[in-house]
Amino acid sequence: MSKTSRTAITMPAQAKKGSIIEIRAIAQHDMESGFRYTEGGKIIPRDIIRTFICTYNQVEVFKADFYPGIGANPLIIFTTIATETGVLEFKWSGDDGYEATNQARITVS
Amino acid sequence: MKKPLSFHFFSFVCLLLIAYQAVEVCAAPGSSKKQSSYELMTAENKAMQDDSTLNPAMFWVGDGETLWNAKPSSNKSSCASCHQDGKKTMRGVAAQFPKVVNGKLQTLEGQINQCREGRQDLPKLAYESKDLLALTTYIAIQSKGMPIAVKESPANREALQTGKKWFYERMGQLNLSCAQCHEERAGLKLGGSLIPEGHPNAYPIYRLEWQTLGSVQRRLRNCMSGVRAQQFEYGSPEMAQLELFLMWRARGMPLEAPGVRP
Amino acid sequence: MKVIMHPPTIQSRRLWLTRFKNMSFLLAGAWFSPLTVFAKKEDAAIAIQAITGGTKINQGRVTLVIPPLVENGNLVVLKVSVQSPMTATDYVKAIHVIAEGNPLPNIFTAYLTPRSGSANITTRVRLADSQTVWAIAQMSNGSFWQGSAETLVTLSACTEAI
Repeated sequence: MSKTSRTAITMPAQAKKGSIIEIRAIAQHDMESGFRYTEGGKIIPRDIIRTFICTYNQVEVFKADFYPGIGANPLIIFTTIATETGVLEFKWSGDDGYEATNQARITVS
Repeated sequence: MKKPLSFHFFSFVCLLLIAYQAVEVCAAPGSSKKQSSYELMTAENKAMQDDSTLNPAMFWVGDGETLWNAKPSSNKSSCASCHQDGKKTMRGVAAQFPKVVNGKLQTLEGQINQCREGRQDLPKLAYESKDLLALTTYIAIQSKGMPIAVKESPANREALQTGKKWFYERMGQLNLSCAQCHEERAGLKLGGSLIPEGHPNAYPIYRLEWQTLGSVQRRLRNCMSGVRAQQFEYGSPEMAQLELFLMWRARGMPLEAPGVRP
Repeated sequence: MKVIMHPPTIQSRRLWLTRFKNMSFLLAGAWFSPLTVFAKKEDAAIAIQAITGGTKINQGRVTLVIPPLVENGNLVVLKVSVQSPMTATDYVKAIHVIAEGNPLPNIFTAYLTPRSGSANITTRVRLADSQTVWAIAQMSNGSFWQGSAETLVTLSACTEAI
């Protein structure tokens, strides 16, 4: 059974055609680095989000690979051009079958 | 030889200035301006607290709202069953805790557990558990920006005095009291970090050191381990008394919950 | 025109002293913290080599911003910007961020497209120690550009003992 968590997207709901919009994407995840130890001295296994993909009306416009050096509750802020009205979909996937999705509508005039 | 009038005038003015300074120094603590440890943070960390699109603690607010409205099972009530919309009914509540409820000194976490056991017929939530932190954060954010309203009263006087004793008493292998760092040396440095006044005006906080959200009791236990003292247990009367004193000491300061701290 | 030239003996002595000073720093660093000086920088160099495949990296066009003094290394705001027209024929394909002082040098890689509009990324990273962080941008024409930032990471004074 895959696990999931809360995510949040911040981006404008409307934009002028051709303008650059800023998108903030954050996921609730401990991002266990794999470098920490329990009190008893055992290594806590790595458990992180590995990939983040943003598609705009099904076309991939942005992707990021995360490594253990990304902080807990990972945030990424990036830009994209408001080309047309539609839906942006966001997908996070990671270790131990982690998967989370979110979406946002944009009206482009 | 008689002294000139200007001499008398000058010395009178000097005496006035000295008297004014003396009054300033002797002003009762609590009435002078209190400083939140927010002021000691970098611009990036301040922004993380202020902007809800950047503050990781907002996830706990969302989780708390879900828990507030969820019915644990078909025959049990949710928080909302009695308290309706938390955004309205919980406004100002967190700024009043700890307080004496039905003769017992309760912290906010203690009160939540009292409701769970006493009203919902559910088991208590463990301190620092995801669910208890979520509910505490959801309730605390409803008082965001409101002044801390813990006052001395006949009901809490004794507990407040005991809490004050904990604050001023030396403890641990390092034999230090809270006051020695956070009152006498606030603003000075300990190992490169500025010593804050130690007001609990932003709890629950997302602490970068913990890489997660935690309660004021967790932070107090850190302080106590810092001076190598036997830590107060979560939910203990000593913890509630100390928390009561600290919130009274911070009275009037706006609640910043949920805060971000390094 | 009068030109002041130092005699060869003074020039070579100056050069020798500079070399000696640099070597001393390296040796002193290795004495106090051998792993930090040699191993991690090597890992970072290997990671960068894996990205570029040996292609020469140009200096410039990449700006990496991290706070010069970090209160807590667990969550540090990091901004990287790359100068680029971001058109279909001239855009930033990928931005790699490498931390010299972390146990694993790779921090993240962002893959952009001509639809990105700009090559500005902000995220929050873990920095294990005071160090230099590198950002390497891979352009659509196959060239590589790099920028870096140095930071001091402090630890909280009172440690948690659970």
